[in-house]
Amino acid sequence: MRFVLSEDQQMLRDTAMAFARDELPVSHLRGLRDAGANGVDTENRNKLAELGFFGVLIPEEYGGVDMGMVAMGQIMEAQGRTIAATPLLQTAVLGASLIGLGGSEALKGEWLPKLAAGEVTTALALDEGTHHAPLNVATEAERNGQGFTLNGAKRYVSDGHHADAFIVAARSFGEAGQSHGVTLFLVPSDASGLTVQALNTVDSHGAAHLSLEDVNVSEANVIGAVDAGWDVLDAALDRGRIALAAEMLGSAQAAFEMTLEYLQTRKQFGQLIGSFQALQHRAAKMFTALEMTRSCVAAALSAADEQANNLPELASLAKAQASELIHLVSNETVQFHGGIGMTDAHDSGLYMKRARVQEALLGGASFHRDRYARLNGF
Amino acid sequence: MAFDAPEELDAFRTEVRDWLEANCPASMRTPMKDDEVVWGGRREPFKNPDSKVWLERMGEKGWTAPQWPAEYGGGGLNKAQAKVLQEEMRRIKARPPLFSFGLWMFGPALLEFGNDEQKARFIPDIVKGKTRWCQGYSEPGAGSDLAGLQTKCEDKGDHWLINGQKVWTSYADQADWIFSLVRTDTSVKHDGISFLVFDMDTEGVETRPIKLISGSSPFCETFFTDVKVPKDQLVGQLNAGWTIAKRLLQFERSSISAGGFGGTGGSGILPPQEYAKQHVGMDEAGRIADGDLRGRLAEHLMFSKAFGLTVQRSTAEAKAGQEVGHTASILKYAAAKMNQEKSELIVEALGTEGLGWQGDGFADDAKKATRGWLRSKGNSIEGGTSEVNLNVIAKRVLGLREHQ
Repeated sequence: MRFVLSEDQQMLRDTAMAFARDELPVSHLRGLRDAGANGVDTENRNKLAELGFFGVLIPEEYGGVDMGMVAMGQIMEAQGRTIAATPLLQTAVLGASLIGLGGSEALKGEWLPKLAAGEVTTALALDEGTHHAPLNVATEAERNGQGFTLNGAKRYVSDGHHADAFIVAARSFGEAGQSHGVTLFLVPSDASGLTVQALNTVDSHGAAHLSLEDVNVSEANVIGAVDAGWDVLDAALDRGRIALAAEMLGSAQAAFEMTLEYLQTRKQFGQLIGSFQALQHRAAKMFTALEMTRSCVAAALSAADEQANNLPELASLAKAQASELIHLVSNETVQFHGGIGMTDAHDSGLYMKRARVQEALLGGASFHRDRYARLNGF
Repeated sequence: MAFDAPEELDAFRTEVRDWLEANCPASMRTPMKDDEVVWGGRREPFKNPDSKVWLERMGEKGWTAPQWPAEYGGGGLNKAQAKVLQEEMRRIKARPPLFSFGLWMFGPALLEFGNDEQKARFIPDIVKGKTRWCQGYSEPGAGSDLAGLQTKCEDKGDHWLINGQKVWTSYADQADWIFSLVRTDTSVKHDGISFLVFDMDTEGVETRPIKLISGSSPFCETFFTDVKVPKDQLVGQLNAGWTIAKRLLQFERSSISAGGFGGTGGSGILPPQEYAKQHVGMDEAGRIADGDLRGRLAEHLMFSKAFGLTVQRSTAEAKAGQEVGHTASILKYAAAKMNQEKSELIVEALGTEGLGWQGDGFADDAKKATRGWLRSKGNSIEGGTSEVNLNVIAKRVLGLREHQ
């Protein structure tokens, strides 16, 4: 396990941090919100593509830079700092992983170069209920002459309102709750029978509900084997969870720094409020939680690159710890700022809103504690 | 040479492996028993005779303190070699030959602050386990506010004269020598403290064990009445003891958080989820039947894992030469929380089986766990309370100011 960045990784981190600071500050998200853009930001998507960020997990033969998850984690942490709305989690992590791990040569050859170039974005359409439950896939995939017909509905698909293609998990065999019988399909967003209902979400990033009515997909667009999409899905989900945990770490770190600065400038009773022990101890506990989560995220990123056996365990650890951390820090950020923290004009509320979405996506603390316990045999 | 060539390191590994094979007695390759832990010193009973042989052989090589300088009896190994030694010992499950406050706390501080004569006098006997050291820090009126200590040390020309009382002195009743903080100037606080070492057999030194809620007595009250100490046993400059004290506390906190806590970490006690499986049972899906307890067990296990990874990360960052911002204080705080949580969960999972004190009505490991749970309450007090550690994080790491 490697906890120290290589020179290349450090350079990428520096670039990503500078980009988030200069091009994607929180004020930018605020601007998108106020303009009603619902998290859609074509201009910055193109800039992210120019930086090569979409190709970090894509092999060089398909136009990527193949730098691995530790590198991807640095970019995610950077965008987390400013709670930026980008298609990176869905496209560069989940899309690239699902197609890269399970796609046929033809699919990879057709799609990965477009993903790497930022020409096409993807979104994983998985959950059907209000809580992350990846095995509970009920959307039907029925064989027809040339391929499959999909019928069903997907809830809260991140980036679903602007993705160019969906990776839809559907059931070709068995019942909801079983891993066997899940098949993954690559479905262009303009496919006939696919309806996208854009959602206005609390974090201003947006999302979409999907409904699929007799959507025809050819056999060539199956990712992984028919009925056996679960292994590809599970592996890609873990990468997504780890990348999202890295993003959450960045958000928590930035909110904490904002709070620390306030503690060192705001005066009450003729004192800097940071001199009050009741606040000092809570700040120190937040710092401890931050440092411990940082270790989990770093270990999970490194384990993903090493394809370690305990990767699922570390993915759940990172996502659960990051979930607890982000609520602790974002809630305390509002409380430490007092009245100003309750105003829309202040950034602390934006972090707290985004925190709820970050936790819910790809499984919250409760989901991952349960998974961790199962992986540990109890 | 900073780094060994791989082939040299391989040769060293072969040498270590052969030596251990020839010199580590068979019984020293079995799991440590609580009553066979060797602390060394004049009173060491060596309950298992093999442990004496093992300590002597390791002490002779200096491998009880692998990275200390060879000129003072240490192993003189570089980091890479020390790691090889550690790996080879772990490979054959060799017991640590010596547990010692001299190795963990006093020795590192003396190597940094002592003069050549003091190092030559004290370090070799720490390495060989011939002297057992205890720590004279806390006083009845100086716990968290350690710098408020009052034990008086007067300059009597040809000797120092000590009067006062220490408390929470770990194993003072079994120690040969003490390293102690004493007051040499009453007009200032931190700058009036000196660091002194002396023999516990000196006239005027008295120790009384303190019985804890767990029933054990690892700590003592220690009284000094007109204790005469030779002048050359002052470490560092007069009134400059606080710097050494703080440095030594870092060693102490590191060694505590590296797993040196009293509590339910000892041998024979299972992880909490194992007791829950036994005493609460499992449901049909293979989950611990009490869902609430199961959730808290998972949360604790994850916290423990996060802690372990943080220890690994801080070691890796230190090796890479990166600044480690007072990680010792973070780890001490987290380790205390983790150990106490674990102890609570074990007793909870044991149910009434965790409520025994002594006698045949309860399993041995359950009784040990119960006492370990009580002992663990000290984890957030000893070596700097959790509150003091949070103060240190807030002020030194986060840069928050003192209240005016």
